[in-house]
Amino acid sequence: MIERTPLLNIVTHAVLIFGALLLAVPIWLSFVAATLTVAEVNSPNVHYLPGGELWNNLTAAWTRADFGVKFMNSMIVAIAVVIGKVAISAISAFSIVFFNYRLRMVFFWVIFITLMLPLEVRIVPTYAVAANALYPFQAILDFTGISWLIAQFSGVELSLEWNMLNSYTGLILPLVATATGTFLYRQFFLTIPDELVEAAKMDGSGPFRFFFEVLLPLSRTNIAALATIMFVYAWNQYLWPLLIITDRANYSTVVMELRRLIPGPDAIADWNVAMAGTLIVMLPPLLVVILMQRWFVRGLISTEK
Amino acid sequence: MQKRAYFKANWLAYLFIAPQLLIIFVFFYWPASQAMYWAFTLEQPFGGGNQWVGLDNFRAVFSDETYWASIWRSIVFAALSTGLAMSMALVLALFADRQLRGYRFFRVGMIWPYAIAAPAAALAFRFLFNPQSGVFAYLNTLSPGLWNPALSGVDAMTAIIITQAWKQVSYSFIFFLAGLQSIPRSLIEAGSMDGARVMRRMLDLQLPLLAPTIFFLLVINMTDSFTDSFGIVDILTEGGPARATELMVYKIYVDGFQGLDYSGAAAQSLVLMALVILMTFFQFRFIERRVHYT
Repeated sequence: MIERTPLLNIVTHAVLIFGALLLAVPIWLSFVAATLTVAEVNSPNVHYLPGGELWNNLTAAWTRADFGVKFMNSMIVAIAVVIGKVAISAISAFSIVFFNYRLRMVFFWVIFITLMLPLEVRIVPTYAVAANALYPFQAILDFTGISWLIAQFSGVELSLEWNMLNSYTGLILPLVATATGTFLYRQFFLTIPDELVEAAKMDGSGPFRFFFEVLLPLSRTNIAALATIMFVYAWNQYLWPLLIITDRANYSTVVMELRRLIPGPDAIADWNVAMAGTLIVMLPPLLVVILMQRWFVRGLISTEK
Repeated sequence: MQKRAYFKANWLAYLFIAPQLLIIFVFFYWPASQAMYWAFTLEQPFGGGNQWVGLDNFRAVFSDETYWASIWRSIVFAALSTGLAMSMALVLALFADRQLRGYRFFRVGMIWPYAIAAPAAALAFRFLFNPQSGVFAYLNTLSPGLWNPALSGVDAMTAIIITQAWKQVSYSFIFFLAGLQSIPRSLIEAGSMDGARVMRRMLDLQLPLLAPTIFFLLVINMTDSFTDSFGIVDILTEGGPARATELMVYKIYVDGFQGLDYSGAAAQSLVLMALVILMTFFQFRFIERRVHYT
């Protein structure tokens, strides 16, 4: 604040409040809808204040979409993606930044390019791979003639197969295969001064020790940020689980089940239950973001540079 | 920036990067090359390998009018939702950056839509947009049938664009605010000494300095609009009415996984990948030239 601008201050507040309302109203109205009875939610005049049916609607949504198992599945997938991503990106960025080998920049670009094409854009081919994750290796062995050699000498017809459809690995691994984390760590590692590395080396620390005792403690903020981003990303996946999970009773995730909550065209539209289900699905990532807010914002922003 | 202090044990470096390379090879490069292969071949109905058909799949895709329509729609969707989200986020960030009382509250409140899954947001908006009892039902009391996304393609398109824009605002807002806060205070003060008032400073000082952020967000938001759109379309409109909201990713899903035309879907995937890359390239080539990095 440099000068006094009473009129503009009023405008500023008005704009901000208007914007916040635009963002909040949809969520508020769906929350309100989740607290109403079927009759209330279908009455032509919109309700703006909550009623008393929240708990009933939540339990109705929970049983209708059979959220018990699915909630667990979503949790498992989200947490596994977070752990996998945090670990794999940290070591690969460490390799790119703190070692000097010939293929370093090649590897960096090979990883970086994957940022450009998100999973949704290449679902068809990725799906085929998930049906047999070892197929690429089989193809390489066939092509190079190694499998022919093995068949000649041992008489064993080599056929590698690892079906990932309807499994946790199928839900998790393709989500780990992106570059966001590696990039985030790299940007941070580059800011670590050379002197620190020199000092560590002089004190007799090898790369392992440096990684665990210097680098990891320093990148706590980045890890928190990456974990938040990845949790939200993994929890909110929709298209990929929809494709590879056909065994819905055991492996589907909560976001997949949203579709089942859409009221049909013929029955009475029970939007109250649908909205209660939406709230359940929204809640975990929302809580994570609110709790981790401070780190999360910092992490998001440092990916830019 | 290049570092000079390195560790010597290069075998360790290869070991450390191996898991990442392995995983992107299996789930990224291999699938991408497979898509290439499928796009130029046709799977035979009773097995027996793929038959090389050259550009036939692409010819089929490009001679399909519904496909052109879906490209068109995707571009309109991307442009409008990005424009809407970014302009709103920019205005909000510029005003929030004045840091008047309550600014922290706004900063917090505008972040959380980021956490909400696109399909969940879509279901909430499907409720809000429904013509019988939603907020928009009010429009129908003015003139019956004015608003009905289940029947009118324009209404349905409006609905998905608003939903996508709503979801994108908070992401852009975080970046804009951070960009604004990294502008040195002394510049703002120098501007005001020279007699520039708040609005003048916003237009002539903060906006130009924000250009790199604006550019970055443009690229990110355009790409996101292709990826996030699936959940929104699938839950909100299911591609309807009469294909009015069938965007590219949704069409790939419908043709490939419901119509089981893998070759066609692979060709479409390739076109989509090319489009995303081309779009990014164009943005870098033609828009970035106007951006001055400091």
